[in-house]
Amino acid sequence: MMKYLPHTDRDREAMLKTIGVKSVDELFSDIPAQVRFNRALDLPRPLSDPELARHMGELASRNRSLDGLTCFLGGGVYDHFVPSVVEHIVSRSEFYTAYTPYQAEASQGVLQSIYEYQTLICELTGMDVSQASMYDGASAAAEAGLICAATLGRGRIVVPASLHPEYRQTIKTYAWAHDLEVAEVPFGPQGTADLSRLEAALGPEPACLIVQHPNFFGALEPVEEMGRLVHARGGLLVAACDPISLGVLKPPAAYGADIALGEGQPLGIRLSFGGPYLGFFATSEKLVRRMPGRIAGATLDHQGRRGFVLALQTREQHIRREKATSNICSNEALCALAATVYLCALGRRGIVKLAGLCLQKAHYARDQVARLERFKPAFDAPFFREFAVRSTLPWERVESGLLQQGQAVGPSLGRFYPELKDCFLLAFTEKRTREEIDYLVGRMEGLI
Amino acid sequence: MTGPARGPEPLIFELSSPGRTAFSLPELDVPERKLQEMLPASALREAAPGLPEVSEVDLVRHFVRLSRLNYGVDLGIYPLGSCTMKYSPKINEDLARLPGFTELHPYQPEDTVQGALELMYLTQRFLCEIGGVDAVSLQPAAGAHGELTGLMLIKAYHTSRGDTRRNKIIIPDSSHGTNPASAVVCGMQTVQVRSDRRGGVDLDALREVLDDQVSALMLTNPNTLGLFDENIHRIAEMVHQAGGMLYYDGANANAILGIARPGDAGFDVVHFNLHKTFSTPHGGGGPGSGPVGVKKALEPFLPVPIVGFDGARYYLDYDRPRSIGRVRSFYGNFGVVLKAYAYIRSMGPEGLLQVSKDAVLNANYLMRRLQPYFDLPYDRHCKHEFVLSGRRQKAESGVKTLDISKRLLDYGVHPPTNYFPLIVEECLMVEPTESESRETLDAFADALIQIAREAKDQPDLVKSAPHVTPVGRLDEVLAARQPNLRWRPPAPGGS
Repeated sequence: MMKYLPHTDRDREAMLKTIGVKSVDELFSDIPAQVRFNRALDLPRPLSDPELARHMGELASRNRSLDGLTCFLGGGVYDHFVPSVVEHIVSRSEFYTAYTPYQAEASQGVLQSIYEYQTLICELTGMDVSQASMYDGASAAAEAGLICAATLGRGRIVVPASLHPEYRQTIKTYAWAHDLEVAEVPFGPQGTADLSRLEAALGPEPACLIVQHPNFFGALEPVEEMGRLVHARGGLLVAACDPISLGVLKPPAAYGADIALGEGQPLGIRLSFGGPYLGFFATSEKLVRRMPGRIAGATLDHQGRRGFVLALQTREQHIRREKATSNICSNEALCALAATVYLCALGRRGIVKLAGLCLQKAHYARDQVARLERFKPAFDAPFFREFAVRSTLPWERVESGLLQQGQAVGPSLGRFYPELKDCFLLAFTEKRTREEIDYLVGRMEGLI
Repeated sequence: MTGPARGPEPLIFELSSPGRTAFSLPELDVPERKLQEMLPASALREAAPGLPEVSEVDLVRHFVRLSRLNYGVDLGIYPLGSCTMKYSPKINEDLARLPGFTELHPYQPEDTVQGALELMYLTQRFLCEIGGVDAVSLQPAAGAHGELTGLMLIKAYHTSRGDTRRNKIIIPDSSHGTNPASAVVCGMQTVQVRSDRRGGVDLDALREVLDDQVSALMLTNPNTLGLFDENIHRIAEMVHQAGGMLYYDGANANAILGIARPGDAGFDVVHFNLHKTFSTPHGGGGPGSGPVGVKKALEPFLPVPIVGFDGARYYLDYDRPRSIGRVRSFYGNFGVVLKAYAYIRSMGPEGLLQVSKDAVLNANYLMRRLQPYFDLPYDRHCKHEFVLSGRRQKAESGVKTLDISKRLLDYGVHPPTNYFPLIVEECLMVEPTESESRETLDAFADALIQIAREAKDQPDLVKSAPHVTPVGRLDEVLAARQPNLRWRPPAPGGS
């Protein structure tokens, strides 16, 4: 432990002398006796590095990692291959041991990479402006809801039930704190928002409609019609998207989204049991001053050289305090850097090809599943890389039976939708091979 | 620091050449279907997104060159006040990359993630012990997210008692900007209280604003002046008597590990910044992690899920009917939590105590070395950080704190926090952390002392700094007036 603490006792004595006190304890003399902690913290004894490595290795070995499983798990985060360049760049300690680039002249690396990230997100989504990152897709959606409500002075946020359940839960938590109403639109037999009930849910004055496209079941929502309906009532359209899908799907700006956001995990971020990931967040020009969090901008130095700074900081908490557009300070900068490297590695053709691989494999798998007796695709709507399967077997048996054969599937939809308790998700990335898909389908058929 | 100027690095888009790639994808191994058979034409994108096309070697060089334009803790002292830029142990970086941690999907069955859940459960318990609280949620992704979550818990607590009028959050004028912003995101109103002459909360001012609409007081202790509020017991009593709760902003917890526990001092809610106090790297602005701890009365309201243990197995506890719900997806920034866990295990109780002692020693040492050269607004023992004022330099030669900070860059060190807290004119807020040796502290002090001399003798040299950074002082006014927030391809035909 002392290797992180450079002082020798001789250093400490010399420093105390400079300060003019006899002991370090004197420096704490202003802490009243009744709040002083008078025993040792009840924590385990310190571990040496070899002991720590062994202990952490043991904990890691008590997990069954995807290295030993074939992963068909979905639900908003996916098992993509992470190219080596991503890990190598984010391991540069000039990046990972820096903080928020308050001193621009010593932070050009981080600032320029944020500017590049913002450009990439704008290219993907078609939106005008992106910020530097949010915590994750769910909190990005919740903040989007608050921003729409504040911008329009309206109190009703509308979400389809086919929006990721954890996004809906997060939106509800944030909305509760503001006394905003969250109205849900049920899904129809196709697994997409029931348009016949959308108008009622929107009411006369919706703040926004937050639609996920593709939705939690993997299905494409009728986004254009949904956008028309919310815009007709003066509300805003917020689109939550899988960034990989944007290699083939129409960008949110093209169907009228005012805010586009989503979970950035598929962009070169490891699954890591749920985080850290990043939320991407982009808006149309008219909402730029409502944007939460950091934004990098290009400017010039006194010699006319291009450089980058934190821009539009008058939206932010460290300047505006209670008048800020959000309280976000630390965000997910290093994950945004990973996403930047990932997208630059992919390039314009790469993302189209990658999206195509996910799409083709998922459709192949669906055709195979459709031939099974005890499993059927649950919905018929067009989908991208993920679809829901309905089973005549109880979920517990499906999950554990397949796990025994090294196949990880899910999540179960019953976990979030009691009416879909016989359904679960299957998701596909470029990593899944035809052989693996055939094997999975074979094992599903063999379940008893 | 970043070495001699190397000139601007082109944008990755400017390095793009059609046809290049830095990605390797497998060939399609299932029967190919036409796009239009699978997806309706109306759902399809018309043109591919304008991502740059570069080879792997160009990609790597670009980002490595960018990294060399950046300063980090691994290059030298980074004394940003209230940010605790301590050294991030390398072994924790390695351990966090074990596939048994990184290759876990959040929806895997609980039986396959028992090691991860055990680590989270133990971290919850360790933080309870360190903070003197009864229960902890690891879900918040950063300090400000923890603040928001904590304020929601307080709101839920009051509401559950039918006490629905409490919409005021009291915030000292020395507080972090996130405090008032979090209060507003939580749907509350903020009331500011002034600080007294010794830098603590002014008790008379506090008395005036305490009423039956007060939800909570948010306090950082030691505060952003680096001073421990000696009246904390009295403050807690007053707030509790008015029916309010006490919120502890843990941004400055590096001063109190094993020395004073917020829970013992009367705080009801505490958040920790694992990326500050517990050494996980700041990542250029995240990811962080902001766990929230609470006393018993608030435990039922914690976000779902909490990690539980039934004596045989660890599990995600969703059965919490009074919970505020979720504040994000999944279970928190697990990859950050596990580095903090490793740090706590390697330091142990005596190591954490020594961290706080050395952090406070370092701050006091620097403060006394610099006192003859700068104004010291609060001349008393500081804790882990302290504030100086550059008002003398500004009055004598027109050299502002911003100039001093920019000049520090020329000496190869990162400047302290500038112009914060707002109650100190021309403020420099210095937090050296326990990581720095006496020699490093001396070099930093010597640089600032030299700059104080320059401010007298060659003020223009300081006012025009920095001189040896990759770019000179950047025009923030231009950036604000003509926002340029993304690159655009040059117009066709133009050059």
